[in-house]
Amino acid sequence: MSTTPGGVRARARIVARQDGRGGTSLPVLESDGPLALRRTRGSGTEARVVLVGAMSGPLGGDRFGVDAHAEEGALLRVQSAAATIALPGQSKGEAHYDVRVHVADRAEVSWLPEPLISARGSDLRVRTEADVAATGRLVLREEQVLGRAGEETGRLSSRLAVRVGGRVVLDQELACGPGAPGGWDGPAVLAGHRAVGQLVLVRPEFQERPVTPRRIGDACAVVPLAGPAALVSAVAADGLRLRRALDEALAALDRRPMNG
Amino acid sequence: MHLDHTHGGPGAVSADARRADGSRRALRIGLGGPVGSGKTATVAALCRALRDERSLAVVTNDIYTREDAEFLLKEAVLPPERISAVETGACPHTAIRDDISANLEAVEDLEDEVGPLDLVLVESGGDNLTATFSKGLVDAQIFVIDVAGGDDIPRKGGPGVTTADLLVVNKTDLAPHVGSDLGRMAADAAAQRGALPVVLQSLRSERGVADVADWVRAQLAAWTA
Amino acid sequence: MSRAALLVLADGRFPAGGHAHSGGAEEAVKAGRITGAASLEDFCRGRLHTTGLVAASLAAAAAVGVPAVELDAAADARTPSPTLRLAARRLGRQLMRAARATWPSDELDALAGEFPKGAHQPVVLGVAARSAGLGGDDAAHCAAYESVSGAATATVRLLSLDPFEATAVLARLAPEVDHVADLAVEAAAGALEQGAGALPAASAPLLEIGAEAHAGWAVRLFAS
Repeated sequence: MSTTPGGVRARARIVARQDGRGGTSLPVLESDGPLALRRTRGSGTEARVVLVGAMSGPLGGDRFGVDAHAEEGALLRVQSAAATIALPGQSKGEAHYDVRVHVADRAEVSWLPEPLISARGSDLRVRTEADVAATGRLVLREEQVLGRAGEETGRLSSRLAVRVGGRVVLDQELACGPGAPGGWDGPAVLAGHRAVGQLVLVRPEFQERPVTPRRIGDACAVVPLAGPAALVSAVAADGLRLRRALDEALAALDRRPMNG
Repeated sequence: MHLDHTHGGPGAVSADARRADGSRRALRIGLGGPVGSGKTATVAALCRALRDERSLAVVTNDIYTREDAEFLLKEAVLPPERISAVETGACPHTAIRDDISANLEAVEDLEDEVGPLDLVLVESGGDNLTATFSKGLVDAQIFVIDVAGGDDIPRKGGPGVTTADLLVVNKTDLAPHVGSDLGRMAADAAAQRGALPVVLQSLRSERGVADVADWVRAQLAAWTA
Repeated sequence: MSRAALLVLADGRFPAGGHAHSGGAEEAVKAGRITGAASLEDFCRGRLHTTGLVAASLAAAAAVGVPAVELDAAADARTPSPTLRLAARRLGRQLMRAARATWPSDELDALAGEFPKGAHQPVVLGVAARSAGLGGDDAAHCAAYESVSGAATATVRLLSLDPFEATAVLARLAPEVDHVADLAVEAAAGALEQGAGALPAASAPLLEIGAEAHAGWAVRLFAS
């Protein structure tokens, strides 16, 4: 970690590796400043990590990042202990939060953090990039809540890019809040919904048998992407309802046969 | 009207008489006319009459549903892969006259997927008396009116009645019930159309669609000559 | 460049299939999110700054020579809804037909050969603009304007909205259309150096979700 005149810079790192006994070890588990990582009890062959620190940040000017790398055959699940709240900082300028996830062949990463909440006056740019090898698997959830209860939202923009076998299958950007391009809260984009989320699933078998598009309620859809991946996309009145929709969609996907 | 050359590559433009591979494409006949005049019933009857002699497909242009396509499917006049529905964005005449690209694609896809075809019938969504097919889309067009729509329609004329290659006055069996004068309709139509043919038909009669089917056969013979 | 060629390409009557698509307006009208001129304007504004910006950037990039295959893949990644990917390819194929008849060129023939079932419409639009002697700025303006004009026209039919009001909405959005086109041109220049991945990826969740809802309707006026 370093504190610069602009704010705090911190980058946490995780490397997951097969331990040779059918499990997954974590040869690298580096916390950094406010980004604290804890290993928790895994289930079976999977290593579990909880991100505990980032609740009070990032503030304006901060640059946070997390790198997670699952090496060949490793199984890694990353969660967070609480929601991350973007807050206005002392220093001017936006805060940045970059997440990079690498999934090697036959490895699997479940990236399931709690929501990101954009507090009034905050200005945060989130960038999430996942790079999955051709036979890797990924579940990645991203939830954004615009403002704490009854509060107007800060400025939040996020970009999510997922690459599978070197090919980009998803590249999505969303900008909301004061100063965002016009119409972000209008009938084409969010229409007053205060929570928006996505769940990306990468599974090699989707190449041959893509999911069948389906809707869950009024404001959630499950769609096959152009590649071995599927996306659940949802908007909701609040974070709770958003999570419910995403959970329902994930359960439906796992129930199968979604592909007829 | 048919250009005697082809453009290279897939998706050649408009009314080329030959497909990209050099083979002759199917004859395309459009059926237009007002709502409820019996276009879909005539298409269904034509399919039944011709399907054993020729390789056929149908493109429908529904206004806001797939009902015409569904009707043809339900009646099983052709296997489902030979029926294709084009959506027209609330403007059926646009799709057959001003912007024919979706219909051309539907026709070409049918030829690619179930071809070779001899004949594609393109049915318009029910529209008004001015709706005609572009010559970039069809080689000949049939305009279908019915006696119940009023026996003054032939006299009033309009592009469909006046210029269609064949005018069909449908549901002649209803004429006595709706007070339409068939003789007058035929005479008015002849006056409007000069030498262009007119068929008066009742699909409920024994003769059914036979006259229209014969006309289509003649068109096919001329197309492949 | 020929300003008149731009008018031909941007004309709503250019026979490239756009009339059968509502740009998501049909679903938004049914869901009660578009009820009149004010909400139409807000809808169009949101569309312009999201999918409109992406389309304009793709079109500008194609017009200045970024490889179309790369742009088409970038368009796929920016269009999660399979319904919208299909609609974009259909419209691309229809535009291709019109463009080849209007401004024949080897580049259009090559693109048609590469994508017999259609490349994404903005990519075709950019190559068509090139063939018409137009530049990236023209292609971007055309795509940005199309991103709102189709929805406005459709809403006139769907709500029987006063056509003067709908046209006034488009006129009020004109400065923002110009701005989006400028951003797109800048992005296209970036893509020439860094590849198509550098292009904007702005998304509109309700357009994506709504497109899937619309595709499931038994009765609808518009194809998308």
